[in-house]
Amino acid sequence: MKYTAVPIAFLFALTAGEIPHTASELRFCLRAEPKTFDPLMVQDEPSEAIRYLTGGVLIRLNRRTQELEPELAASWSVSENGRRIDFKLRQSLRFSDGSPLTAADVAYTIQRVMDPNLHSPLADQFRSGSGPVETRVTSPGEISVHFPAPISALALQFDELAIESHETQRQAQGFRPVAGAFAIAEYKAGNYILLRRNPYYWKHDTSGRSLPYLDTIHLDIQQNRDLEALRFRRGEIDLIEKLDPELYERIAADAPKSVVDTGPALDAIVMWFNQNPAAPIPATRKAWFSSSVFRRAISYAVHREDICRIVYRGHAQPAAGPVSPSNHAWFDTSLKADSFSAGKALDLLKSDGFHQDGGVLYDRSGNAVQFSIVTNSGNKLHERMLTLIQQDLAHLGISVRIVTIDFPSLIERITRTFDYDACLLPFSPGLDPSDQMNIWLSSGANHQWNPRQTKPATAWEAELDRFMLLQATAMDQKKRKEAFNRVQQITHEEVPFIYLVHPNALCAVSSRLRNASPSLLRPHVFWNAEHLAIAP
Amino acid sequence: MKFPRKLRTWILAALLGVLCLPEIFIRGSYSEQHRELVGAGPSAHFPLGTDDLGRDRFTRLVYAARTSLLLAAAAALLSSAIAAIVGCLAGWIGGWTERLVISGVDLFVSLPWLFALLTVRALLPLDVSPGASVTITFLMLGLLGWAVPSRVVRARVRNNIAAEFMLQARASGATPMRLLFRQLVPNMKPVLLAQFFLSIPIFVLTEANLGVLGLGVAEPLPSLGSMLRELQDYSSVTAHPYAIAPAVVLAVSVTILQYVVSRREAVS
Repeated sequence: MKYTAVPIAFLFALTAGEIPHTASELRFCLRAEPKTFDPLMVQDEPSEAIRYLTGGVLIRLNRRTQELEPELAASWSVSENGRRIDFKLRQSLRFSDGSPLTAADVAYTIQRVMDPNLHSPLADQFRSGSGPVETRVTSPGEISVHFPAPISALALQFDELAIESHETQRQAQGFRPVAGAFAIAEYKAGNYILLRRNPYYWKHDTSGRSLPYLDTIHLDIQQNRDLEALRFRRGEIDLIEKLDPELYERIAADAPKSVVDTGPALDAIVMWFNQNPAAPIPATRKAWFSSSVFRRAISYAVHREDICRIVYRGHAQPAAGPVSPSNHAWFDTSLKADSFSAGKALDLLKSDGFHQDGGVLYDRSGNAVQFSIVTNSGNKLHERMLTLIQQDLAHLGISVRIVTIDFPSLIERITRTFDYDACLLPFSPGLDPSDQMNIWLSSGANHQWNPRQTKPATAWEAELDRFMLLQATAMDQKKRKEAFNRVQQITHEEVPFIYLVHPNALCAVSSRLRNASPSLLRPHVFWNAEHLAIAP
Repeated sequence: MKFPRKLRTWILAALLGVLCLPEIFIRGSYSEQHRELVGAGPSAHFPLGTDDLGRDRFTRLVYAARTSLLLAAAAALLSSAIAAIVGCLAGWIGGWTERLVISGVDLFVSLPWLFALLTVRALLPLDVSPGASVTITFLMLGLLGWAVPSRVVRARVRNNIAAEFMLQARASGATPMRLLFRQLVPNMKPVLLAQFFLSIPIFVLTEANLGVLGLGVAEPLPSLGSMLRELQDYSSVTAHPYAIAPAVVLAVSVTILQYVVSRREAVS
């Protein structure tokens, strides 16, 4: 693969008509305190936002086109079957403190991220086999990185790797020099973070003017979503990155032009049954949950259209599998979401030995079918979804108990004690299936229905293993797609996860904000922050 | 304004009747979803409209009042009883015992009981029915809600010990036990009743907040707390003013109960 630098400004040539020349500030809210400003240690959303706005990366995924674009790297090439990537850096790159950015900084960043003592969350995506990751700086502007084993979608992994300076560890104020469009200027814990434009940022618009257009970005730390919406309506903030359907409708009622529904996001809401043979739940339930016919019947009994219409107020789409239809590269168009059919569900259950008596469903041993579904507390959408599912299943004679517990307790149950029947949670895959290995491999910790198997418990899980490894090692995109399509088909047939809906990405953008082009990938609104401008 | 005694009794009986046997007055189910009528306004069929899942608000309100008011009253009774015992003990004995008890109360108030509640929820089996779950919740509230009222009770006991009626009883040769149970305790009733009535709405609202943590009433069982949570969205209140009905029911119920019982006290 060989990519050549394309002027990114071309994409915005049509929209960058009005550019303010006065000092301008973009204001929006983070919903929590960032846990770290170290770009290599980011795990939470607020820290991710700071990293996105301040970090300079070699390659950037364009959130609109879903294509990779060169950033600090003028070009790159992947070779040796995904074991090597060569970068050629742009000329005259500088960090926000004015110091030069060279291949030595790239090498330093890669070595630091792979340092086992750092425990960087980013390291896993670059870890492909035993042996070190080697960097070879061939000139100040060129570097090659060698991996011990092939990495699928290797170039995409660099979208999150913000390059750090190998010389200057900290600026006078205590913040790191960065190579992104903005740098942290002020931080008041629990209150706000002020980002100021990086005067050494490399990018220019079509007229040759230095980017970014904005002088500052003021990020208020605001946990309360109602207050955030209220501030948006008052014009105190310029965007809301993520809205729930209720707030979307509320803002839309006042200002319909300021809300944007970008369509189904990559996330899916899924429900699964506990199939772990060691789980401390009754054997009868284990038998139900391990039957693919039972799982398929439950899938048919859930009215996905009602969930979309009632819970998401039309801002969601029934889900057929792990990949959202918005993921153009990996969605298997042959898959269709199970349509609600109580008749089909009952027929399937009868074929599996279940029977109805007096409005109650019994298994072949005469046990009334009842189970609990657990989800995290405090999420109204999840609770409403489960209440709908509860009534859907009640029509079949199945008694469902809804249990909401705090997130740490929930994680404890689904990953350590396995003391639960079924669980409903969101599933947030990335754009490329390479980051789903931990979910689909039978040995994976996130193979939620029966994690960490020493060998595949079922034939179809062995098949999943085979096709996931195939897609991970094949460098030919067509072969990867075929392999991952098969993964999607197996999961559709065996229903280890009951995919419910893909919620739409909803956001709000003030009319003052220019050049905004909301995307369904995160970050939805400020993904092109260097091109954003505030109308004078 | 004076209500005839019979009328007061009838109001109380009607309130208890609706709370204890809502099935007599309501035909529909509180959990039935009318999915084509989500968020509908008031009508002859649904006097208070329907909620976000198309459930009859009125039916849910009646059942919610039963769940919340009966259990909150029971929890308030429990916490008031504990507060009475602890407060009277500390105030009556005085000295080191009083200081020890008050220090214990201060320590109790300062402990982060929220984590204890979360732990209880985490330890509960997932199969617990919604009814059992809500009963456990209010039992916990009753067991944890006595500390602040006990301070008030102790202060009142100290005042009463120095009151003229106690001096008179002591001068007339009353034994300590007689002083305690014939003089002090009867005179503590107004304070205890005030604490009891104050605790009811507090427990109802606490249950609403605990619902956010997953320790409240599980769906589909309604509670005043879960219905009051809808009022967080002020714009939906302006759009659907009838959503305020749970707050009205709570205020009216507690007021009637307080009025009726306090009048009965006055008469007796």
